[in-house]
Amino acid sequence: MTSLRFIRALAWASVALLIAGTGYLVFAPASETGSGGAQVGGPFRLMAQDGRIVESEGLKGKPFALFFGFTHCPDICPTTMMEITTDMQALGDAARDFRVYFVTVDPARDTAALLKEYTASFDPRIIGLVPQDEAELARIARAYRAIYRKVETPSGYTMDHTASVYLMDGKGAFFGTLDGRETPQTRQAKLKRLLARG
Amino acid sequence: MFRFVSRAFALVLACFAVAHAARAHEYKIGDLVINHPWSRATPGGAKVAGGFMTITNSGTSADRLVSASLEIARTVEIHEMAMNGNVMTMRALEKGLEIKPGETVTLKPGSFHVMFIDIARPLKEDEKIKGELVFEKAGRIAVEFKVENRAGTGEHGAGHGSHHTPPKAP
Repeated sequence: MTSLRFIRALAWASVALLIAGTGYLVFAPASETGSGGAQVGGPFRLMAQDGRIVESEGLKGKPFALFFGFTHCPDICPTTMMEITTDMQALGDAARDFRVYFVTVDPARDTAALLKEYTASFDPRIIGLVPQDEAELARIARAYRAIYRKVETPSGYTMDHTASVYLMDGKGAFFGTLDGRETPQTRQAKLKRLLARG
Repeated sequence: MFRFVSRAFALVLACFAVAHAARAHEYKIGDLVINHPWSRATPGGAKVAGGFMTITNSGTSADRLVSASLEIARTVEIHEMAMNGNVMTMRALEKGLEIKPGETVTLKPGSFHVMFIDIARPLKEDEKIKGELVFEKAGRIAVEFKVENRAGTGEHGAGHGSHHTPPKAP
């Protein structure tokens, strides 16, 4: 009899836990964003390739783009940087003050000096940012809901990573993404809208 | 005399074959044809680059690209890149890349590629870099990777890749 009561109590406890858990999953992300939508982006403070600090606070009023990549990336990173170089050049004067931040997901190999050399091959408005440790990298990736993962290969490692270019408006709010599968026209139209919004 | 003529003739034919192969940037070994091995110019400081080509197997049994080398790279791995949603993923194909009989496998950006690791210097547009491909059955063959510009697609084959511009969207 007591064991039956115990089992019943346990069952009710599980139900309560389930409801609480579901409630947390459903409501917690919403209360975090405040506006109901999934928030992308957030404050950051990182060292740039030239040793200066780039702070999201200081970017208020200036739309910018942000990309997670690494220099040991044979394909998608250089391609994306080439595309955005072409896009910015096509936009001309409107994009004069636009900046693209290349956040390395491989700070173990990508030093500030190496990122500087790397980004010099593209548009000068592309600036490398170097998280100083794993925690700094994890923080900005979490804020942007970006994924990065170290993958072992026979001779070392490579990185899986989110390949979207994040577009952020002058208030620091998420505006959209650029994607390599889009045409240059589509990408440039998005950038124009972003720059017009400010 | 007949033997001399036939040998001379064979030699002339061989010269034509070599000249043709050089122009088409195409290599044959056993039942395999390797067309237009190419790569892209690399950004400053980059330590890796992708190598691309098509491999056709006209034989009756499968073969496998098991390794490759490049004269200016410490090592070369065979990789597959894929987009998983918005996430770029890369995996080493540790058993190599299978080329089934009667099929053509295309190594291209965003897909299968040989990955040149720890290149000694940046790859420059229009240069050709010597390398080697090793197949499980067909054996090894020396090839040259032609370096296209950083937006190269390899689509136009030998000599024209660097002038390729992407088609305009409608």
